[in-house]
Amino acid sequence: MGEAIVVTSGKGGVGKTTTTANLGTVLALQGKKVCLVDTDIGLRNLDVVMGLENRIIYDLVDVAQGRCKLNQALIKDKRFEDLSLLPAAQTSDKTAVDQKQMKWMIEELKRDYDYVIIDCPAGIESGFKNAIAGADHAIVVTTPEISSVRDADRIVGLLEQEKNISSPRLIINRIRSHMVKTGDMLEVDEIINILAIDLLGIVIDDDAVISATNKGEPVALHPSSKSSLAYRNIGRRILGETVPLLTIDDKPGFFKKVKQLLGMR
Amino acid sequence: MSKTQPFVTIKGKKDGLILELDENCAYDRLVHELKEKLVNNQKPYQDGPLISVKVQTGHRYLSQKQKKEITEIIRSQDKLFVASIESDVMTKAECEEKLAKSKMMTMHRIVRSGQILEVEGNLLLFGDVNPGGQVIATGNIYIMGVLRGVAHAGVNSERSAIIAASVMRPTQLRIDDVISRSDDNQELDKRDHTMEYAFIDSSLNQIVIDRIQSLSKKNFAFMWQ
Repeated sequence: MGEAIVVTSGKGGVGKTTTTANLGTVLALQGKKVCLVDTDIGLRNLDVVMGLENRIIYDLVDVAQGRCKLNQALIKDKRFEDLSLLPAAQTSDKTAVDQKQMKWMIEELKRDYDYVIIDCPAGIESGFKNAIAGADHAIVVTTPEISSVRDADRIVGLLEQEKNISSPRLIINRIRSHMVKTGDMLEVDEIINILAIDLLGIVIDDDAVISATNKGEPVALHPSSKSSLAYRNIGRRILGETVPLLTIDDKPGFFKKVKQLLGMR
Repeated sequence: MSKTQPFVTIKGKKDGLILELDENCAYDRLVHELKEKLVNNQKPYQDGPLISVKVQTGHRYLSQKQKKEITEIIRSQDKLFVASIESDVMTKAECEEKLAKSKMMTMHRIVRSGQILEVEGNLLLFGDVNPGGQVIATGNIYIMGVLRGVAHAGVNSERSAIIAASVMRPTQLRIDDVISRSDDNQELDKRDHTMEYAFIDSSLNQIVIDRIQSLSKKNFAFMWQ
């Protein structure tokens, strides 16, 4: 029996879908059987980020309404044998499924997979309630912006009221190292002070994430970038390892320094 | 009237009269005798200053209407006014209200954005109040943590209520119907904080914040009632 983790944030555009895709990838890299579930019905993205859009035949709403079997709707990843995706429907809206159906689906998936990672839609309405219905754990994603932290706080409050979900853990996404250094961005410590939940990891704002996303492959596949390393560390922490946090300030390495000296930057 | 024990006893004290009303007789007879006594004893009070009267009803419960009636009877005498009506009994509702008012609710939690924590009486909170969160109490609010949201003390017109917090960074403070908000240009300073409390400065009719130590200098009756 696996466990279901919901990735949520309250605010939109903080990187829930990217986080879900990358967590799925790093857990699959570690040899776990993982299923990703997109619950953002009507605005599905996870399939695009994973580069699996062209393989969708059935979706989550079809399963909920009995038009197909659960197994028929699951899409196998191109890269990993043990990574699957249950895509959301693009044509219906969030009311097309209810919490009972979601709970059933997640329970079914937990039988076959080690980890079921649920991508939650923005907001706190029915879509959010559906997404958390079957979850055992929660990961709250926030960026170092005051509005995003405020919404994360609201979400943590709502998650704490759910008896079936263990206390949520935090990922701080899109940290800009130069802005933290100048003091123009909320610091990690400050965010943790306000939210008062465990930190699962921090991810530096990285151009590689955007280019990888546009290519339809999670950044975590390329170990060269710093954000990829961050996601891999988060994956290991989910598996129970103790991994120290990455440092935020990117000190230029030897070659970079030489390049800078030669004016090649 | 022939009886051994009068229903109404008038006693003179330095600061006024004490009217003891018998607690067992019928109310009508009490009123009757009170009127009679006051009219018959008018003379001694005719000249001189106003005299305050304390009414003691013992174990008799007087309704608001009855209290009003007795007050009016006494006031109908030129020189008398009712200072207080004291009784050894109160209704259950009054008692519960009084208990709730003096109760201290202890909570251990974080009041997060969108959450409201509302209590009767005083609130002792171990934890933070985050921005967008709200704590409301009919009495005082003591926060062992950071107050970043809204705190509303003394909601049922208890103007002497206070709000205390380990670290005071509120979006708004409200005491009774007085509201104050944080400074728009507040710098996020990271120095060590002393515990502070907020109260209504009656001369300014404004909420003022002071160090918790000065609480001892304030005549603070409401706290321990």
